[in-house]
Amino acid sequence: MSENTIDGIIEKYRGQPGSLIHALVEIQHENHWLPREVMQRVADALQVPFAQVMQIASFYKAFSLTPKGRHEVHVCTGMTCHLRGAARLRAKVEELTGLKDGETDTESRFTYQTGACLGSCSIGPELIVDGKHYGRMTPEKIEDVLKHYE
Amino acid sequence: MPKLNSAAELEKYRAEILAKRDPAKPCIAVCAGAACDGMDSAAVAAAFVAEVAKSAGKLGDKIEIRTTGCHGYCEKGPNVVAGPNDVCYFEVQPTDVPEIIAATLKGEVVERLVYKDPNTGAKAVHMSEVPFYKHQTRLLIGDNPKIDPMKIDDYFAVGGYAALVKALTTMTPDQVLDEVKKANLRGRGGGGFPAGSKWETTKNAPEKTKYVIVNGHEGESAAFMDRAMLTGNPHKILEGLIIGAYAIGAQKGFMYTRHDMPLLEKHVRQALAQAKEYGLLGQNILGSGFDFECELHFDVGIFVSGESSALMRSIEGNAPEPRPKYIRTSVNGIWDKPSNLNNVETWANVPQIINKGADWFTSIGSEKSKGTKLISLSGNVVNSGIVEVPMGTPLRTLVFDIGGGVRDGKTLKAIHFGGAMGGSIPADLIDAPLDFDGMSKLGAPIGAGGLLLMDEDTDMIEVARYLMDFLVNESCGKCVPCREGMQQMLQILTRLTEGEGKKGDLELLEDLIEVTGVASLCALGKTSGDPLKSMFRYFKPEYESRIANTAAGSEAK
Repeated sequence: MSENTIDGIIEKYRGQPGSLIHALVEIQHENHWLPREVMQRVADALQVPFAQVMQIASFYKAFSLTPKGRHEVHVCTGMTCHLRGAARLRAKVEELTGLKDGETDTESRFTYQTGACLGSCSIGPELIVDGKHYGRMTPEKIEDVLKHYE
Repeated sequence: MPKLNSAAELEKYRAEILAKRDPAKPCIAVCAGAACDGMDSAAVAAAFVAEVAKSAGKLGDKIEIRTTGCHGYCEKGPNVVAGPNDVCYFEVQPTDVPEIIAATLKGEVVERLVYKDPNTGAKAVHMSEVPFYKHQTRLLIGDNPKIDPMKIDDYFAVGGYAALVKALTTMTPDQVLDEVKKANLRGRGGGGFPAGSKWETTKNAPEKTKYVIVNGHEGESAAFMDRAMLTGNPHKILEGLIIGAYAIGAQKGFMYTRHDMPLLEKHVRQALAQAKEYGLLGQNILGSGFDFECELHFDVGIFVSGESSALMRSIEGNAPEPRPKYIRTSVNGIWDKPSNLNNVETWANVPQIINKGADWFTSIGSEKSKGTKLISLSGNVVNSGIVEVPMGTPLRTLVFDIGGGVRDGKTLKAIHFGGAMGGSIPADLIDAPLDFDGMSKLGAPIGAGGLLLMDEDTDMIEVARYLMDFLVNESCGKCVPCREGMQQMLQILTRLTEGEGKKGDLELLEDLIEVTGVASLCALGKTSGDPLKSMFRYFKPEYESRIANTAAGSEAK
């Protein structure tokens, strides 16, 4: 994303320490990760110690301190998906991508993450790629889905 | 639209909306709830819009297409309801669209898309006849198919904000509080604590600055009703919040919800913006002299931030670490000001209590649990989805009449309530009524209302391990009993599932449950042993035999 967008977000919250999480959420949504120098700029503009920015950024799971792949692959591990066979989906995704939970491949194609619960329990188990839900998934169908994401 | 400056202006505006609408006009409601969306209901909605556009204006006046929030029957999505007489179509594909439109205009039904009983083959056409719906009392979620959540006019059309008008113009804040207390509205987020008493504590706190909060965090695994309400009918929750703020004397509100649902965010943002534009938020609401603002905040992906004191830290911009319970958030909450927090569903109940009165509300439900409860039905159930039934309804009705029983013809082994901090009860307790106190006594507190069926193949030890693993990952780590106690329990449970159980493991687990329960700061740690406790109560032989025969245990996986 362009520096302008990041600057715009930071400017919007300049001088508002209470808006730290808002600012980080917006940057994360736009940029998909939080580079260190951007966090430093957030700290300066919002007048928050850098250590506090790091505390928030490293505490919440929604923030990423490393660059993500072009596509984010999630397997829901919520309770219904678990009961309906999420473990088999995980094994298949891990086999196909060679990634473990939280990892990104060297070509930056996929970032793989598990997480609960996305609230679409009725169509579990689920694979979610870049926010698109693939409900009632079976391990056999995963390869076909991932093919669409280069 | 100009700002509505008084109750009379609002009622006049409502009358204008209703005058423009013909209740007999055919209307197609396409569900865009989380599950239907996952089955690409967006393509179905787009096909309806395209079909009407194709007619070059000929259909535009004759039929209305509406994208709505969750209808409830998630299992059979994408769901479409065709008005005016609520014909339910299930598993609709874009190719079905021309046929549905043609039939709806002629007052006919597309037989192949209606509900068919899997056993008898009997068809059910209208919502009132479909088994999943007909055993429900849909006071809260029933409006969802009638509302496009992006349009405040749709909410006005179903009587929205009438309760706010009534509260602001005919009742004092004390009278509003009394009505909610008399209704015995109990918190729907998990505790079942009376909302009125909580409101009163904040109201009576000496500080002038007070806050009210909607907890829409919904971290409980397999609970998805709050998202459905917030996404499908955001104004209902907002109306409840404004009324609560008026009763309590709060000047500012926060809606705290999930960051990972783009549609939810869009709808809530739009609702807040429209409410402001129409003068339902801001200065001098409807000319009453009451001022109130509301801000949207997001959880950023950790379970513990749904705990009330942790949530308030998060709103302040800090890490969501809970405070000890002796500091009451009702008195010392956000920035140490009195803060009243209620769950989405609790707030959603407020408008109808004001509209219809506490006596009406208390006529529904069981002796000590009043009103209806939203239940997210999932797991190994035939019909998963969002269900609303009066408190006191036997679980059997939920599981069999509405849920259609267990998937794949299997036998029911256990019913689990309340996610990772809930409990499991065996199938033979199926006639127990849905009731806050009754279910707690059985060891499976309702929690937020996530009900899971587990079939005969479910390994209860693996379930306990899974739940503990979830909590270990979600603990904030601030207090030692939670951080370390759960880790130890997880290690033992993992060994058990791997067939490495030892004599004395169960006694050790019992000790750990007790210590972690007593010594943890917040409910996450305190109740982390609850699922295990319920399993020891009802399924202990399964644990004992696993340990007694470790070799068989490892094979049984």
